[in-house]
Amino acid sequence: MLLELAPDDRAFRDEVRAFLRERLDPSLAKRVREHGRVSAAELVQWQKTLYRQGWFAPAWPTEWGGAAWPALRQYIFDEEYHAAAAPPVIAFGRDLLGPVLMKFGSDAQRQHYLPRILASDDWWCQGYSEPGAGSDLASLRTTAELRGDHYLINGQKTWTTLAQHANMMFCLVRTRSDGKKQEGISFILIDMATPGITVRPITLLDGEPEVNEVWFEDVVVPVANRIGDEGRGWTYAKHLLGHERTGIAGIGIAKREIDYLKELAASVRRHGRPLLEDREFRSRVARVEIELMALEMTNLRLLAAPPGSGPGWEVSMLKVRGTEILQEISELQLEVAGCSGLEVDAPGAARTRGAASARYLNLRKLSIFGGSNEIQRNIIAQQIVGG
Amino acid sequence: MELVFNAEATMLRDTMSRFIEREYSFQARKRRLVLPDGFCRDTWKSLAELGALAAALPVEAGGLGAGAMGTLIISEACGRGLIVEPYLATVVLGGGLLELAATSVHRPLLERLTEGSCLLAFAHSEPESESDFGGITTRAMETRAGFSLSGRKNAVIHGATADMLIVSACVGGAAADSTRLSLFLVDRRDSALQLRGYRTIDGLQAADIAFDGVTVPRAALLGEPGEARPVIDHVLARANAALCAEATGAMQSLLERTVAYLRTRQQFGQPLARFQALQHRMADMAMHVELARSMAYLVALQVDGVDATARERVVSAAKARVCIAASFVGKQAIQLHGGIGMTDALDVSHYFRRLTAITRTLGDEAFHLDRFAAATP
Ligand SMILES: Cc1cc2nc3c(=O)[nH]c(=O)nc-3n(C[C@H](O)[C@H](O)[C@H](O)COP(=O)(O)OP(=O)(O)OC[C@H]3O[C@@H](n4cnc5c(N)ncnc54)[C@H](O)[C@@H]3O)c2cc1C
Repeated sequence: MLLELAPDDRAFRDEVRAFLRERLDPSLAKRVREHGRVSAAELVQWQKTLYRQGWFAPAWPTEWGGAAWPALRQYIFDEEYHAAAAPPVIAFGRDLLGPVLMKFGSDAQRQHYLPRILASDDWWCQGYSEPGAGSDLASLRTTAELRGDHYLINGQKTWTTLAQHANMMFCLVRTRSDGKKQEGISFILIDMATPGITVRPITLLDGEPEVNEVWFEDVVVPVANRIGDEGRGWTYAKHLLGHERTGIAGIGIAKREIDYLKELAASVRRHGRPLLEDREFRSRVARVEIELMALEMTNLRLLAAPPGSGPGWEVSMLKVRGTEILQEISELQLEVAGCSGLEVDAPGAARTRGAASARYLNLRKLSIFGGSNEIQRNIIAQQIVGG
Repeated sequence: MELVFNAEATMLRDTMSRFIEREYSFQARKRRLVLPDGFCRDTWKSLAELGALAAALPVEAGGLGAGAMGTLIISEACGRGLIVEPYLATVVLGGGLLELAATSVHRPLLERLTEGSCLLAFAHSEPESESDFGGITTRAMETRAGFSLSGRKNAVIHGATADMLIVSACVGGAAADSTRLSLFLVDRRDSALQLRGYRTIDGLQAADIAFDGVTVPRAALLGEPGEARPVIDHVLARANAALCAEATGAMQSLLERTVAYLRTRQQFGQPLARFQALQHRMADMAMHVELARSMAYLVALQVDGVDATARERVVSAAKARVCIAASFVGKQAIQLHGGIGMTDALDVSHYFRRLTAITRTLGDEAFHLDRFAAATP
């Protein structure tokens, strides 16, 4: 075993670092680091910068314009990316839809959509959850009725992240209501400009309209927008789960957040000294830091192992512990901010004192979405106990 | 020993419960939040008519004599109803300072307070003052007519919406002894104040206030100059006791809402409440609520009756324990509700926000653990 990076991996890391130093606007990076607001336009612009460099899709095959880096390189990229405080990519198209299109899409679908995802020409949102179908996603009820060359879609999606900016949605719909629930689900692509679609933003506890309700009333979608076979949407959607191992633990972000936490704690005082020098506080920071080291080493071990050789529940572990660590750090940052951090920054304006509380409140989502942490623990338990 | 509520206390509790039920639905609260002040002065008057503003004050001071138990009962109701009117700022802090520091000169002000016609806020914390409020740097220079105040106060709860501010300061120049504090009454509408009001995550109001040579008459001095520190410490202890009770009320509501939601929310063909993992989580929440409630009672029973050292010790024990409970119960309530718990439209996230604010107000868990340890052999 060897922990050091090989010379060529080190050179790669330096190249990534140099690119970020040159291309990432320092004022944007500062805002990301300090939990400020980043506009949709700024995000798209930044994603296009990555695209021009050929680095927007580190995991995609070169055939589709990806970088096709091995897992370790993706990991290095991720670490440098977040250390530099580059804005997180809106990854629904790249990470969730892209791989499904590559594996199950028709040639025409791939040729049309993949280059547009790569160039951030489309903004994709994910239409899976419904009011009655959260953890139990297979019970979804939005229907798609076949009418010759098109489907007629009726129903409601909810919690759809940033749908207000999206021009496209990939969606799970019910094409059959008899038989096994999972077998009646199809995977379909919907143009958000189609008549009959209503998008209503939902304000979350931090005051931001981050998610939406999306209503469908007799929405006409061409059959050509269906991915693969009717009734196999569940299989396609699940294809990804359990495969994503590089970014899911959020190690790079957590490292940056710990740095930022220390910077904040050095600037406020307790018992007349910088809080960072307070032993009790320091030991709590140390605890999270050590937890992160354990998770990072686990993540690296898993990346190095041949596919399929792991225990099978590793991705769930990365999700659970990664999100819990990020939540813990945000709680410590809130503690540093103290009672001044309870201020609510005016909507739309730059974030100042309210950044810590807004982030703490917002990060509650991490243990709810992407398969809640309870569901992930169920998966781990089922796999270790069996049956 | 008698660890049950007596008849008067029970009556006060019932009165407050009825008030919350009748006037303080979540929708009604929302309507108050969008008023110019962020709360409703008529509601404040109704609370005065119910006797809630006078309940804790001693009979000699024109109160009903319910003491700290009265404050506990009302604060717990404030927690259940997420009341945005300034009970803590005006009655517990402002009223407490008037009760303990003021002489007969300020008696009329106390009357106006209990009638609901004068709102008070306590301008004490400063950008550099830590959770123990040591090192207050605001200065009061004696002038011919009275005093001139200079300094900065921050995160003053209800500072921008009160009628009068009670400001802590040290009398003298830069070299003044910062442990010798005095209290001054200042009209919040005084044009010499530089005041920036803002909303906090729990829907309440706070303000940062700069005093740049603000002049006040001699009569503005509350009590003896330089002698206010013991009174301030006592009142802050009462305020922390009130926060413990308020948190208990908010946690109780969250627990009830979470249990009720999980009994009805169906996933995988059954109510979520059937899943044992979630049952255990709710059991933990319930235990936290009961233990926090016990600490709220304990501190209410002692906050006025023991010496300062014993008082600080029990206050810190209670607040630390309540912070632990509030953080757990708040986070789990959101988690167990799933996506809907994250929304602004549902009351659950508002309880969570209030609990989060309480854990950051007048000393957090770390501060109180530390102070408890220092006060414990
Ligand atoms: C900020 C945010 C953004 C989101 N973005 C999107 C998006 O873009 N697209 C999309 O489709 N969805 C999105 N979601 C939805 C998310 O995937 C769901 O919230 C999640 O699946 C949980 O579903 P639910 O909210 O209905 O909670 P529920 O499923 O009702 O769960 C409530 C609680 O019960 C627990 N629970 C449920 N079942 C079990 C069980 N069997 N055992 C133990 N515990 C259980 C859960 O863990 C949770 O704690 C988003 C959610 C949030 C909060």
